[in-house]
Amino acid sequence: MRKTPEIPSASMADIAFMLLIFFITATSMDVDSGLERVLPQMPPENQDQDDTPPIKERNVFSVLLDQYNRLMVEGEIMRVEDLREKAKEFMTNPGNSENLPETKPTEIPLLGNFEVTKGVISLRNDHGTQYGMYLAVQNELVAAVNEVRDEFSLEKFGKKYADLTSEQKEAVREAIPSRISEAEPKTIGGKK
Amino acid sequence: MSKFRKGASRELPAISTASLPDIVFMLLFFFMVTTTIRDVSLLVKVQLPEATELTKLEKKSLVSYIYVGPPQKQYTKTFGTEPRIQLNDQFAKVSDIPDYILAERASRDEAEIPFMVTSLKVDELTKMQIVGDIKMELRKAAALHINYSSKKTTPTN
Repeated sequence: MRKTPEIPSASMADIAFMLLIFFITATSMDVDSGLERVLPQMPPENQDQDDTPPIKERNVFSVLLDQYNRLMVEGEIMRVEDLREKAKEFMTNPGNSENLPETKPTEIPLLGNFEVTKGVISLRNDHGTQYGMYLAVQNELVAAVNEVRDEFSLEKFGKKYADLTSEQKEAVREAIPSRISEAEPKTIGGKK
Repeated sequence: MSKFRKGASRELPAISTASLPDIVFMLLFFFMVTTTIRDVSLLVKVQLPEATELTKLEKKSLVSYIYVGPPQKQYTKTFGTEPRIQLNDQFAKVSDIPDYILAERASRDEAEIPFMVTSLKVDELTKMQIVGDIKMELRKAAALHINYSSKKTTPTN
């Protein structure tokens, strides 16, 4: 019987290179990132609308966006750039002002008794608002919460929020809640 | 001493290339494992908005995508220029979203379902009407964890 000739393996590297180049070009290394939100649960069908106690005016931070992408915060026209400071002021209520939200003493592990704000940020947009504007406003509100949490963590634990242990994070989250509620969109002013 | 002097005048031997295929294969396997080949071709133009407070989508296998934007040029004749929804590889209506979410859930392991995220890739010039409708459908389908896909910008302050 004849001996089968050996298959030359010199071209193996070339074949492998070709495959390699294909996979390098097909790879998408970019990480998808975005603004993370959790939608509210659907209310049960037969639930009465008004069994929740009304929220006091001073505890609501109303943010409105109209179809021309204009921003109205607490009854005043405002630029997006100023929203973050205003939201932070609302959440911390530094001077215990009458117009800013009340606080409720709550027992929190690691922090003891802490005055937790009762403030709620209410965001309402128009059907005609541009998505980019809406996201910019959402981003500012989330940024405000994150900044307040960071400052609070630095004050209490000497570290930024991201560097805390999970128990500490839990405590900070409880002390500085992120209550951003989105109202059903309305057509505000004029026709669509 | 002669023992050492002997090699001094000799030429450098050529580097052996016998291990080259092995090295290349190693790289090849690395890229094969890390590759996630984009399995949808975009039918809509999506110019993502910019934001600073981003979270990364860690597990790509748990993410379902919803694209919204004006149709690409070759589809404008049939679908117009108004923003449309794209699910998988085709244009869809808002009412198709619950079915899409159910199909996405069915293709995942049961234990992973609570960790699923819906990534909304929406063009920044889209009106909120369509986004609001999508959010409503997602709420009905109890797919509450969403991610507004956006590009990173450096904070201004």
